[in-house]
Amino acid sequence: MRSPFRRGTLGIVASAPVSRTAAGSSTGSSAGSGFGLSLARFAGYAAILLLVVAVATPLLWMVTGAFKTSREIRTLPTVWWPSALQWNSFGDIRASIVNFTEAWQAAPFGRFYINSLIITIGGMILELVNAVLTAYALAFLRFPRKNLIFVLILAALMVPSQVTIIPTYVLLGRTFPDVFGIPSWINTYQGMIVPGAATAFGTFLLRQAFLGLPRDVFDAAKVDGCGHLRLLWDIVIPMAKPVMVTFALISMVAKWNDYLWPLIITNETAMRPLTVGITYLFDAEGNTNYGVVMAATIFVIAPLLAVFIWAQRYIIEGMTAGATKG
Amino acid sequence: MLGGSPITMPGTDRSAVRRRGRLASLRHGSRGEAILFLLLVGPNLLLFGLFTYWPMIYSGYLSLVRWDLVSPTKTWVGLDNYQYLATNSGFREIMMNTLVFTLGGVGGSLLLGLGIALLLNQPLRGRDGARAVVFAPTLLSGAAISIVWVYMFDPRFGLIAKMLSTFDIRSPVWLNDPNWAMPAVIIVYIWKNLGFAAVIYLAGLQGIPKDLYEAAKVDGAGVFERFRSVTVPMLSPINFFLVVTSILNTFQAFDIISVMTEGGPVNSTSTLIYYVYREGFVNFNVGRASAASLVLFVIMLVITLAQLRYSERRVHYA
Repeated sequence: MRSPFRRGTLGIVASAPVSRTAAGSSTGSSAGSGFGLSLARFAGYAAILLLVVAVATPLLWMVTGAFKTSREIRTLPTVWWPSALQWNSFGDIRASIVNFTEAWQAAPFGRFYINSLIITIGGMILELVNAVLTAYALAFLRFPRKNLIFVLILAALMVPSQVTIIPTYVLLGRTFPDVFGIPSWINTYQGMIVPGAATAFGTFLLRQAFLGLPRDVFDAAKVDGCGHLRLLWDIVIPMAKPVMVTFALISMVAKWNDYLWPLIITNETAMRPLTVGITYLFDAEGNTNYGVVMAATIFVIAPLLAVFIWAQRYIIEGMTAGATKG
Repeated sequence: MLGGSPITMPGTDRSAVRRRGRLASLRHGSRGEAILFLLLVGPNLLLFGLFTYWPMIYSGYLSLVRWDLVSPTKTWVGLDNYQYLATNSGFREIMMNTLVFTLGGVGGSLLLGLGIALLLNQPLRGRDGARAVVFAPTLLSGAAISIVWVYMFDPRFGLIAKMLSTFDIRSPVWLNDPNWAMPAVIIVYIWKNLGFAAVIYLAGLQGIPKDLYEAAKVDGAGVFERFRSVTVPMLSPINFFLVVTSILNTFQAFDIISVMTEGGPVNSTSTLIYYVYREGFVNFNVGRASAASLVLFVIMLVITLAQLRYSERRVHYA
């Protein structure tokens, strides 16, 4: 276990002059050799710049591609910056966004957006409600063999949804109509949302958070005759809000990006979310019309990027907390 | 109805109970509490039963039949599906692909992630912004970014081909070449996931007490020595966590492979999860697909249990 890891980290250190920077700057106060220090700093900044450029390049290639005409995509020498994004051409807005309008018309993106929003918001709310209620019960209510139920929920973490796609599909598409007399859930919103509405991760996360809340507040509330639902709504939820927001964001990202399950459970274009819809557009336009395809890709990515820019601290810190405390 | 149920809590004083409701004997109260418990936990448990536990049991049954997903009858074949997987050379290739994809994806994203974490742990301005940029791909739709990467890898119009051509190197045809398709999807996986590893490693690095480094310095340890004797051992729990979650994550990576290569060319990028999908929903070999999905499940279960054991042990000596 240990030896391959060690070999790996040595490789990193050997290739990165950066860890030297740390030594340089931490001893810097006494060293006084300003030149060495600033050289190390310079190397550090250069490395950060290189890193950011390297990671962002595919996204820049996507954005510039979305504004290129198909001639600009094909010609040599390479056109790096599309004419549509040159400052003197911004006047003609139609020419600049022609790929976007074409993509929007090539597939029912309005429908895809609505579907994605329904699946994401509906799924997130159900997951959050489930997590809050279960976590509250596990944290504050007495029940015989309560821990057994907790283990039963946690054990579901070990069954990834990818493993159960076939039987779940059979359950919704065959067993529901044939055995229970319920109309098939194939091609329905409930078929896309409900199988993912249970949550073990959220239950675990919120239960930990609830147990960490100061006990005396609850005791005081109980002495005042406060019932459990009042306690949950008025005290526990407001106090645990940051964790709940974090979980809601993580859940939202996962639902928006979900691909395999909606791909299987839908067979009509009108029911597909963005992630699935865009791959069908890609199959149709393929590598003949990258400009339009890149514009369509931006349709899928832009909302999440916006959410991330707005809430990145919540998301990153939430994910780190889950990992480092787990 | 819920709010009205008389409820007592352990440690609540009796007068409060009496004040709350005439009916509230302690016995009655704890029964109300149990009912409330079931009401709150019920939906989650019911959903898990219906969409996790029942499907697991059912796929055990499906793995023992031959069925095409539409015909009304399923033919019992016993262990034939497993025997097929055990002896079929195509499935051995699938397992090999899964192994290569996992090693490449996990190794690449963790090594680069650690390097990035070491860089971003330095007191440099702009590192929070850099952390956000590096992390962003983790959150983006795998299907969408796979399409972007198809354009990146395009042998005529792609950025990579254009950059190679400035060095007079002819671009491979990446996704259409059985030798290059796997490296291509691994590159995309690494790009998408190194940010997660970096952020977790960074949190780990920031949790290492500074005085350990000071002590090592007093002992005359150089930068390299300090890294080896302080950073590496202190990061080892986090490293283990990342190795395990990344392995599980690569086993589930479906969208990149589905969009970029559909498992091809000639099955060279078909991993276990893609095989399950293709056998089940394209070739309609439900039995075979179910057997393969249980193979996938057992592998993941073993890895998860190993992690649980390890982290339990960690709790004991921590």
